[in-house]
Amino acid sequence: MSASALLSAADIGMIRGERLLFRGVSLTLGPGEAILLRGQNGAGKTTLLRILAGLTQPETGSVVRAAPHHWIAHRDGLKPHETPRGHLTLWARAWGQSTTAIEPLLDKMELSRPSDVPAKHLSAGQRQRTALARLHLENRPVWLLDEPLTALDGHGKTLLLDMIAAHREQGGGIIAAIHGDAEFEIDMQVDI
Amino acid sequence: MTPAPILSAFRQALGEAWAGGAGALLPVGFFAGAAVLVPLGVGTDPETLRTIGPGILWVSLALSSLVTLERIFQADAEDGSLDLWLQTGAPAASIAAAKTLAHWLTAGLPLALLSPFLLLMFQAQIGGALLENMLYYAFGGLAFYFWGGVSAALAATVRRGGLLISLIALPLYVPTAIFGALAMGDGPSSAAAPLFLAASTLFALAVAPFAMGAALRLAAD
Amino acid sequence: MFSWFANPHRFLMLSSWLAPLFYAAAALLIAWGLWQGLWMVPKDDYQGGDIMRVMFIHVPAAWLAMASYLGMAVMSFVWFIWRHEVADIAAKAIAPLGATWTALCLATGAIWGKPTWGTWWQWDDARMMSVLFMFFLFLGYIALRAAMDTRQKAARAGAILAMVGALNVPLIKFSVDLFTSLHQDASVITTEGPKMAAVYLWPLLISSVGHSLLFAALVMTLMRAEIWTRRAAQSRARLMTGD
Repeated sequence: MSASALLSAADIGMIRGERLLFRGVSLTLGPGEAILLRGQNGAGKTTLLRILAGLTQPETGSVVRAAPHHWIAHRDGLKPHETPRGHLTLWARAWGQSTTAIEPLLDKMELSRPSDVPAKHLSAGQRQRTALARLHLENRPVWLLDEPLTALDGHGKTLLLDMIAAHREQGGGIIAAIHGDAEFEIDMQVDI
Repeated sequence: MTPAPILSAFRQALGEAWAGGAGALLPVGFFAGAAVLVPLGVGTDPETLRTIGPGILWVSLALSSLVTLERIFQADAEDGSLDLWLQTGAPAASIAAAKTLAHWLTAGLPLALLSPFLLLMFQAQIGGALLENMLYYAFGGLAFYFWGGVSAALAATVRRGGLLISLIALPLYVPTAIFGALAMGDGPSSAAAPLFLAASTLFALAVAPFAMGAALRLAAD
Repeated sequence: MFSWFANPHRFLMLSSWLAPLFYAAAALLIAWGLWQGLWMVPKDDYQGGDIMRVMFIHVPAAWLAMASYLGMAVMSFVWFIWRHEVADIAAKAIAPLGATWTALCLATGAIWGKPTWGTWWQWDDARMMSVLFMFFLFLGYIALRAAMDTRQKAARAGAILAMVGALNVPLIKFSVDLFTSLHQDASVITTEGPKMAAVYLWPLLISSVGHSLLFAALVMTLMRAEIWTRRAAQSRARLMTGD
């Protein structure tokens, strides 16, 4: 592992029940890099990403998280009654950040119009953009993204790809589990 | 570590309790309904009702806590917010304690506040004892919610976990129910019972959060 | 030392001769205890006459109800701290057997209670109430494990619950004692006290050792079954994935 690595994992193996999901997975994420996790449905991409985030304990191997990370998953963390503005205010406070950046952020994520609509009435794309907005509440070098493109329309995708590009230019790293095409430049692909 | 995540978890849980629209009305309605069923079953003899009234309310309080606990951690596990809370850097035990405390404030404390009125229906006399009992219901209810929270956290990923939560929690409710009922009686242990009730609630507050934290980490795994 | 036993392979080897030995010894001891208890010792009219002979099952069952919960909690703790797989397998095996002996204790207690106390269920008896709550703790543990999707999760959830339960047992016991002390005026006849003649002690002790050996042998059998089940599932999973 190089001194500047943001996150590295060595020899990760995982068993669910009696089923071996994967083993011997090693990766190192450097500044500005993007790592893609590929595999069929049920192969364990999400599980690997959860291991990297520290949510799931691996059966073997270890993960070194040298920098704070953001977590964006298929389960977006929005409560049915929560509005985009409410959601971002909650997490800004939970992370000890100022809430002044929320207005421009809603604007940037094109959530100004539905900013006070409860999540249960939002479209899948609007919910996903709300979750993605969390990435800008606090500056954290590592982004862990689970299927970030799925719910987004063409415009939303462009928005996210721009965010990813800007993040990498600033020296941030990305690890994403994506079923289809990545649609952004990657440094390493992990097949499981 | 800053307290910000813990405060936010507390605030979110408070908000969630009211977000359904009914707020505290639902548990209060269940509590009163369960208690009011009893005279229909055992008869309306005033002396009997006065004797069993405080105990009936303990049972109703235990049942209400079980019914409302099912969703507190299950919803978080399903919508992904549990994953976010576990990554805030705050100990899982503190997040769990904050959420359970908020849950007790919205769903448990109102029941204790209602208890004097129900006890009057059970033929109790107006007096200081009503307020004293209210205090016992409030404090004992806190222990119910914390032990119930442990079972709710353990069953957070179990579909239709309500029955399981009840089965796990009931033996843990025994000391509180006994101390609470003794504190309200006039037997030889009644003088010491409030102290035991307080001690068992403090024990719950000290131990349950760690079990809940471990159970929540498991639910996210 | 525990790590030495924690190897499933070593456990299989050890239990392959220890379990049959325990079964045989248990059969002898329980048979001798019952023969002594049912035919040889004189009946005690103060304890309800011939019905007191149920004591030679009731007392070993009561001992095992307590000991098995303690054993399960200790195994859970060992698994939680050191993650020795055999400890979890042991905890899982103890649960249904502990529940069975606890139920046996309650049933024989009720059978004994009817002629002596005049009731099947004595709410004022602290021991009956404590054992009943122990039974609920076992049921909750079994149900929780069964509800989890994978054995790893069942192990973790079970360990958390068993430890929480074990911490609560003294408090439950204390509260139940306090509860029942209120009603001491009821004509409760206790098994303890000066009436316990020495003539009963040996058959009781032998029966208790016999039941404990039977319990231990059954635990080993269930553990062996669990280890083989896991190995079979692992082989099948390996075949399915072609790995």
